[in-house]
Amino acid sequence: METILLFAPLLGALIAGFGWKIIGDQGAQWAATGLLFLAAVLSWIVFFTFGGETQQIQILRFIESGSLSTDWSIRLDRLTAIMLIVITTVSALVHLYSMGYMAHDENFSEDESYRPRFFAYLSFFTFAMLMLVTSDNLVQMFFGWEGVGLASYLLIGFYYKKPSANAAAIKAFVVNRVGDFGFALGIFALFFLTDSIKFDDIFMAGPELAATEITFLWQSWNAAELVAFLLFVGAMGKSAQLILHTWLPDAMEGPTPVSALIHAATMVTAGVFLVCRMSPIMEFAPNATTFVVFLGASTAFFAATVGLVQNDIKRVIAYSTCSQLGYMFVAAGVGVYTAAMFHLFTHAFFKAMLFLGAGSVIHGMHHEQDMRNYGGLRHKLPYTFWAMMIGTLAITGVGVPAALFTMGSGEVGTPLGLAGFLSKDAIVESAWAGGTAISQYAFWLLLVAAVFTSFYSWRLMFLTFYGEPRGNKHTHDHAHESPMTMLIPLGVLALGSIFAGMIWFQAFFGEHDRVNRFYGVPSHAEAHHGEDTHGDDHGDETGGDTHAEAEIGWVPGGGAIYTHPDNHVLDDAHKAPYWVKTAPFVAMLIGLAVAWLFYIRNPGLPKALAENQRPLYLFLLNKWYVDEIYDFLFVRPAMWLGRFLWKRGDGGTIDGFLNGVAMGVVPFFTRLAGRAQSGYIFTYVFWMVVGIAVLITWMSISGAAE
Amino acid sequence: MTAADFQAVLPEFILAALAMLGLLVGVYTGKDRTAPAMLWATSAVLVVVGLWIALNGEGSNVAFGGMFIDDAFSRFAKVTILLSAAAVLLMSESYMARRDLLRFEYPILVALAAVGMCVMVSAGDLIALYMGLELQSLALYVIASLRRDSLKSTEAGLKYFILGALSSGLLLYGASLTYGYAGTTLFDGIVAAAADEPPLGLIFGLVFITAGLAFKVSAAPFHMWTPDVYEGSPTPVTAFFATAPKMAAMALFARVVHDAFGGIVSDWQQILAFLSVISMFLGAVAAIGQTNIKRLMAYSSIAHMGYALMGLAAGTAMGVEAMLVYMAIYVTMNIGTFAFILSIERDGRPVTDIAALNQFSRRDPARALAMLVLLFSLAGVPPLVGFFAKYTVLLAAVDAGLAWLAVAGVIASVIGAFYYLRIVYYMYFGEEVEPVDQTAHPVLWGFLMVSAAIMVLGVANLFGIETWAANAAAALVD
Repeated sequence: METILLFAPLLGALIAGFGWKIIGDQGAQWAATGLLFLAAVLSWIVFFTFGGETQQIQILRFIESGSLSTDWSIRLDRLTAIMLIVITTVSALVHLYSMGYMAHDENFSEDESYRPRFFAYLSFFTFAMLMLVTSDNLVQMFFGWEGVGLASYLLIGFYYKKPSANAAAIKAFVVNRVGDFGFALGIFALFFLTDSIKFDDIFMAGPELAATEITFLWQSWNAAELVAFLLFVGAMGKSAQLILHTWLPDAMEGPTPVSALIHAATMVTAGVFLVCRMSPIMEFAPNATTFVVFLGASTAFFAATVGLVQNDIKRVIAYSTCSQLGYMFVAAGVGVYTAAMFHLFTHAFFKAMLFLGAGSVIHGMHHEQDMRNYGGLRHKLPYTFWAMMIGTLAITGVGVPAALFTMGSGEVGTPLGLAGFLSKDAIVESAWAGGTAISQYAFWLLLVAAVFTSFYSWRLMFLTFYGEPRGNKHTHDHAHESPMTMLIPLGVLALGSIFAGMIWFQAFFGEHDRVNRFYGVPSHAEAHHGEDTHGDDHGDETGGDTHAEAEIGWVPGGGAIYTHPDNHVLDDAHKAPYWVKTAPFVAMLIGLAVAWLFYIRNPGLPKALAENQRPLYLFLLNKWYVDEIYDFLFVRPAMWLGRFLWKRGDGGTIDGFLNGVAMGVVPFFTRLAGRAQSGYIFTYVFWMVVGIAVLITWMSISGAAE
Repeated sequence: MTAADFQAVLPEFILAALAMLGLLVGVYTGKDRTAPAMLWATSAVLVVVGLWIALNGEGSNVAFGGMFIDDAFSRFAKVTILLSAAAVLLMSESYMARRDLLRFEYPILVALAAVGMCVMVSAGDLIALYMGLELQSLALYVIASLRRDSLKSTEAGLKYFILGALSSGLLLYGASLTYGYAGTTLFDGIVAAAADEPPLGLIFGLVFITAGLAFKVSAAPFHMWTPDVYEGSPTPVTAFFATAPKMAAMALFARVVHDAFGGIVSDWQQILAFLSVISMFLGAVAAIGQTNIKRLMAYSSIAHMGYALMGLAAGTAMGVEAMLVYMAIYVTMNIGTFAFILSIERDGRPVTDIAALNQFSRRDPARALAMLVLLFSLAGVPPLVGFFAKYTVLLAAVDAGLAWLAVAGVIASVIGAFYYLRIVYYMYFGEEVEPVDQTAHPVLWGFLMVSAAIMVLGVANLFGIETWAANAAAALVD
């Protein structure tokens, strides 16, 4: 079943990509979509029937070279199962949605058949993503990692007639290369250290790595720290974290379904998945995880500030994605991998829906993307409006904090609220419970980011759906609701955005043993932690015990996620004080209130504020000038170097040399040889005698030398 | 002469006897009217004798007190010589007949030349060497000027004769020096005298013999006769010059340096490396200026001899093996190429101008494609067989510590690729010119296609030729 699940998208891609001439445009679309729905159904079956025990399903021998021996096989554990449903569900819905969205496109002429290509890329992306999450070793994962990179490149540049789309595609590819370089170095380092790339072997080596030193860049490093850091560099690239985030907003040049699938729900979360997958290493690298927390929190804050002032509807959501990914990394960094996965899971639903909703608006508004030209659209696009509303409620975090009922009882109750509310709260509490200075930094930054998130999300809603229609009157008159193929996915995702959080809250972020059971973590660790959670002041009681256990790393069959025996952040998070648990909710209310004030109550206010605080406004509008700095620091020197090597190096030196030889030196000798070939016998004899004379002289000298 | 001696030279004896018989028959019957039948019969005899040697020969037999050696090495060379001579004869028939050149002496001379070559490759003594060489050369002088009414043809024959006489003089001088210092003409004796610290006179003898042989293989700077003779001779004769005699002379070369001077490898290695590098570069550079395809093929063969000499210069069994493989492939490629050249006509007259091939692919895609394969193979483009020929000699040179020579060979092959590819360019992308005839004689067509097919199919295992060459090399180099 897993194999069918895995290869159905590939089959779809092949059929749509190569067979569309036979089965036609429509046939290709339906084939790809149908196979994806098959995969989605199978994924849900896998998810619900999965028992917790890690399974390995071999497909074929992959590489056999020296001591490197690896299978191509599916590693099925809870992490994989979660990712499977996220990927296939969103992908299936996006396929369906694309049938409507891509039906007409002004970037292509009528007789061009671009739709099968689009569906082939989408299905290929899905296959690569599934490869990534089902991998059983790092090389297989790298294959998927690069596969999604390629699919992303192809889809961002789908409108290849637009120069901006091509530039964005190249940018995404190049920036990801930087991250991938780190990832590849991490794989090399792990192979160098453990002589294996299989997850089982690598995971077991955690404690050993923590005790190993490795020399890299002329310096000695702790092996676990270095490996964790290098792998995280890969994650930074793919998940658009600070420094390597610049490609994500530009990636919005791709068609909107692509943004929903790749640049919101699935591919960009691969980095988070990688960090969670590598938890048995990460847990032994405290400095690297601190760095993860720092960078995640900074990204969450940075992206939220930029999101405040963007005018392109897709860019707002893109920065929002970037920011939410930062949240996930904070959770993973403080050691609550399950909270990261929880947010990844819920985020996939509501963010995909926001993007698809935005796509629906763009579709209805004839490819107008500037929010300043929207306004009052809730009557024209009622279904889209409600879908976006649910998405906004989910991302801003609307719900009733569970602490209201369970405070003091010591139990972890299920709060009432939309998906984003539950998972975001889990992260904020985890950050608070992290207990280090950096995690405090993260906690406060995440709270501020939550205010901003609420603000820009409501700003988007108000600008788009409320107020007076602005911009081109003709466009507004012809604004229309989208077809059913686009609305059905919105409806399904809306259900997920509402209920996904509440249904799986206990599994992801409930009591410790409940979570352990969900991830298939074996019982001895469970018992150990159970003790810990019941003792209120566990520090003294279990101190000696913990030190004895500290050496124990991941063991085979040790479940999808490993938490170090010293890691109590999850339990501490549940014991967070009342104000911590309600803080995100308050943050949401503040953001909502300000947005309402700015865009409903007094629409002149934002303009006045922007005038008043012009430098700050420009700073944010220009995305902290990161692109300009990179342009100055990297792009221009690289261009200069490239041009130098091209003109002077290749054109001048190499071509010049070869052309000189080919057109000057060789013809010269050719003429010389032609002249020597005079036709006279005495010339020929002369040369023979010269030859003899040379050889005799030479042999006399070399013979005499002996 | 004992029965064993006679047994060893039986193939040569039969060939010689039949050739003389053919001469009598020709003279006393229909003279030139018997020529076609004679030609076919000679080809058949050559093939039969070749196959007989290939299948029947076994072990190393020394006859006439060491003057004649019949071993795996000589058999490899003889089979190549006889089969290629037969192939060229068959290709000649239509061309010769239509130009009124088909004299009954022609196949007989070819057969006698083949006998001379067989004696050359089996020589175990300087006298036998010279006898074989002269028998071959005299036959070749005559057929070079076969077209007696053509100025160019007679000029070619005369030039070849004069320069050949000079080279024979050099060779004989070397032989007498060698005899003087070694006290014997037998290779067995020379190799004993030329061990460790050879007298300088013996080295001089080696140099002069080498010069004489270099003339026969047309290695630079003893190559000057080649373009003129190739151009002036009737094309089938040129084809013959480019194939069997080259194989014979190269094999004789190997025989002399290994059997007679095997003790002083380092000395002749320098000479051969020098000849090799000069030949490769001269062949590559000078061919670029040619517009006549026959002259071009002359320079091409000079360059190819350079590569074959590179294998020989290695001085190892591996080098000899590489040389033999190279020569066998070279002969096959050249037979195909000359089959193409022979078939190019305009209004029934032969055309040798390269420019006439412009846009040839449009008129006859099959032949153009076959020629393309052959030219790529000649240039040494992977994955065709010609590439593996070059690869083995380069490998042998590197293995023997002559990396510089291998590098030079690669550079020369890059330069040389130009003129091969230029023909391809003309055939496929050239300008429109007065078209050449589309029909090719079926025999020529067949040789062209088979040769091209071998270049492609041989990639699998070179038809097992490497094993034979290895045995041959092992028989020569102990």
